[in-house]
Amino acid sequence: MTAAPLVGTDPASAAGTPAGGRRGRRFDGPARTAAGFALGAALLFAVAPLTLSDFRLSLLAKYLCVAMVAVGIGIAWGRGGMLTLGQGVFFGLGGYAMAMHLKLADAGPGELPDFMQLYGQLDELPLWWRPFASPWIALPATVLLPMAVAFGLGSLVFRRRVRGAYFAILSQALAAAMVILLVGQQGTTGGTNGLTDIQGFFGYDLDDPVNQRMVYFIIAASLLALLALARQLIRSRYGELLVAVRDGEERVRFLGYDPAGVKLVGYVIAAGMAGLAGALFVPAVGIISPALIGIVPSIEFVIGVAVGGRATLLGPVLGAVAVAWARTALSERFPGTWTYLQGLLFVLVVAFLPGGLASLWALARQRRSDPAGARWWRRSRAADPAETRTEVSAA
Amino acid sequence: MSQFRGRRILAGALILVAAAALAGCGSKTSDEKSTAGVSADVSGDTVKVGLLNSLSGTMAISEVTVRDSIMLAVEEINAAGGVLGKKIVPVGEDGASDWPTFAEKAEKLISQDRVAAVFGCWTSASRKAVKPVFEKNKALLFYPVQYEGLEQSPYIFYTGATTNQQIVPGLDYLKAQGKKSVYLVGSDYVFPRTANKIIKAYAAANGMTVLGEDYAPLGSTEFGTIVNKVRSSRADAVFNTLNGDSNVAFFKEYTSAGLTAASMPVVSVSIAEEEVKGIGTQYLKDQLTAWNYYQTTPGAANQKFVAAYKAKYGADKPTSDPMEAAYVAVYLWKAMVDKAGTFEVEKVRAASGGITYDAPEGLVTVDGPTQHIAKTARIGKVGADGLITEVWNSGKPITPDPYLKSYPWASGLS
Repeated sequence: MTAAPLVGTDPASAAGTPAGGRRGRRFDGPARTAAGFALGAALLFAVAPLTLSDFRLSLLAKYLCVAMVAVGIGIAWGRGGMLTLGQGVFFGLGGYAMAMHLKLADAGPGELPDFMQLYGQLDELPLWWRPFASPWIALPATVLLPMAVAFGLGSLVFRRRVRGAYFAILSQALAAAMVILLVGQQGTTGGTNGLTDIQGFFGYDLDDPVNQRMVYFIIAASLLALLALARQLIRSRYGELLVAVRDGEERVRFLGYDPAGVKLVGYVIAAGMAGLAGALFVPAVGIISPALIGIVPSIEFVIGVAVGGRATLLGPVLGAVAVAWARTALSERFPGTWTYLQGLLFVLVVAFLPGGLASLWALARQRRSDPAGARWWRRSRAADPAETRTEVSAA
Repeated sequence: MSQFRGRRILAGALILVAAAALAGCGSKTSDEKSTAGVSADVSGDTVKVGLLNSLSGTMAISEVTVRDSIMLAVEEINAAGGVLGKKIVPVGEDGASDWPTFAEKAEKLISQDRVAAVFGCWTSASRKAVKPVFEKNKALLFYPVQYEGLEQSPYIFYTGATTNQQIVPGLDYLKAQGKKSVYLVGSDYVFPRTANKIIKAYAAANGMTVLGEDYAPLGSTEFGTIVNKVRSSRADAVFNTLNGDSNVAFFKEYTSAGLTAASMPVVSVSIAEEEVKGIGTQYLKDQLTAWNYYQTTPGAANQKFVAAYKAKYGADKPTSDPMEAAYVAVYLWKAMVDKAGTFEVEKVRAASGGITYDAPEGLVTVDGPTQHIAKTARIGKVGADGLITEVWNSGKPITPDPYLKSYPWASGLS
């Protein structure tokens, strides 16, 4: 039941570890993964900081935050088949929790954040802001709050066997509702402006490039940690079960497992990852606003994952970074027409690389063993778990 | 064996991470801020300026006209010899109607392109997003759109109206017309909500009643309920702070509910000539607007501006207040640089106070302390030809007062 989709989506092979390939048989397993992580660490911690300007590095930090969300979506959607179009909500919860704490820290003890004085005409801090003054509450909240919301929603939804498009629409509605809520409460949430002008990060001045670099390192380290976590998860018995639920929920139920619980765990983990990403996005970019967490950004998170290859470990990360980078690069080069080019890029990937960027590696390997290579596209389709999934769920 | 090697590599990576992390510990928030910003690149015989507008997304329809207008001013200045003998090279970026993108592009213009000034932004949210970027880098932004006031950044020049140059005169006009009650309709974001707060304070102090206050999400086209509430309120007038497409749906609904400019006039603060075209003149005829400039504003400077704009972009393209304010912004920046004799931001700022310019809207003066400009308020009426004609003006430029400090009724607002 799980063997078939795993063939084309073995995380290590899709990860594109350069040490793999021909020597695969002798150099595999933990060593190969470790080498992959070492290479990733070298790229993120040595190559990027040494070659990129402060500005480009801060952009990379932003991309890596998006990539962290993508790792979560890779688990929930790629592995668990839950097309979550509302990850922006969890990203936003994490981001707002962090930004609220930083705004309070900027304002100083007993003072109100600047926007509250402007728009709220409040005399004292609203009750629900108060816990965020303490870093001991705010920091865990950036991850636990999104997880709690995901748990609440998930336990309602999965038990009732809401899935597929219905689940996607529901998650999207949540994103829309969250934006309306934030915009409506301008006096206490900053409205459409969001929380802006964040000056310090636990006592460190965010305007200082050295500190910005520090934030980048924290983000890069967190991404690697999330990847390691995701890898363990995918390799575990739970990971197998999650794929099984994706491919045949009823069959898993007949075998005596509880698919709702399995999906819930995946969804909650994805929410926690999005929350952490949101929390780290705030010091990196200095702003969190409803525009970052609504329907459109939520879909953009998913597009990155789709472009990269959703069922693989590294695919979502590569896709998220590639899409975000392409957005910046294209819009700088062609400020007037970049949206068309970006759309074209998505169409090309979906039409010709349904397995995402991560399937390029597998394709290249296939072509080497099959010089004719005439049927490459059909093979890439066969390797795409989506086909398998829809067939099974349609049955 | 291979497992052992893997562990060693992993350990090496971890050490690298730790070393990198320890190496980076910069200044604390409590430290004195360094005074050095990024200085503009003026080494050659050109000077770069940044153009930061949304060319895609919901705001593109409005912001593209602002971009066009800035380009016109740049070309005119270049044709006349440039600024301090240097030709202006415009560097365009797309803010994509997305506030964090504005911040990203602002940073790019300042630190990569090293522009001498940036012109652009439309929504308040985009301005709030870029404000810290300009303050951090000590770079200049010229913001060309009327806004909700309550802001005064040392690195932003506000060439659009603040509230006492647009909303307050609009209310004064309604009061003078004998309107005793108003209904407030706005898009759900910062400008309408803040504007309505000011309107309510004004109404309370001036014997007007606010009969209702309703917000529609940006881009909303469902106005049946709101228009019904407006109609049954029997207010003397409606104050409209809706933005963008919503106006189309609102005015269609308004007209089909049997409401007219004669029975219940609407004062709009975000509908200019460009928007009139989009909404349809039949729905807007005789409705009121509050701005500082109309295409029909008399004067040689405006005739020249309108003619140049139409020659460049087409005879059917109207000119509007934000476009004019953006056009003026480029000329004001040039005047400041000429007076300072340098592109250095601090010297340009110091030179800014008192600079005047014979703008299409009439004479404008830069107010040094607030970095806003003194402008004449004009109430207009939409004509059958889609143009707006002035029915009242403030007679002389109004000194900007972003925090409404000179209005006793506004004391509780900021």
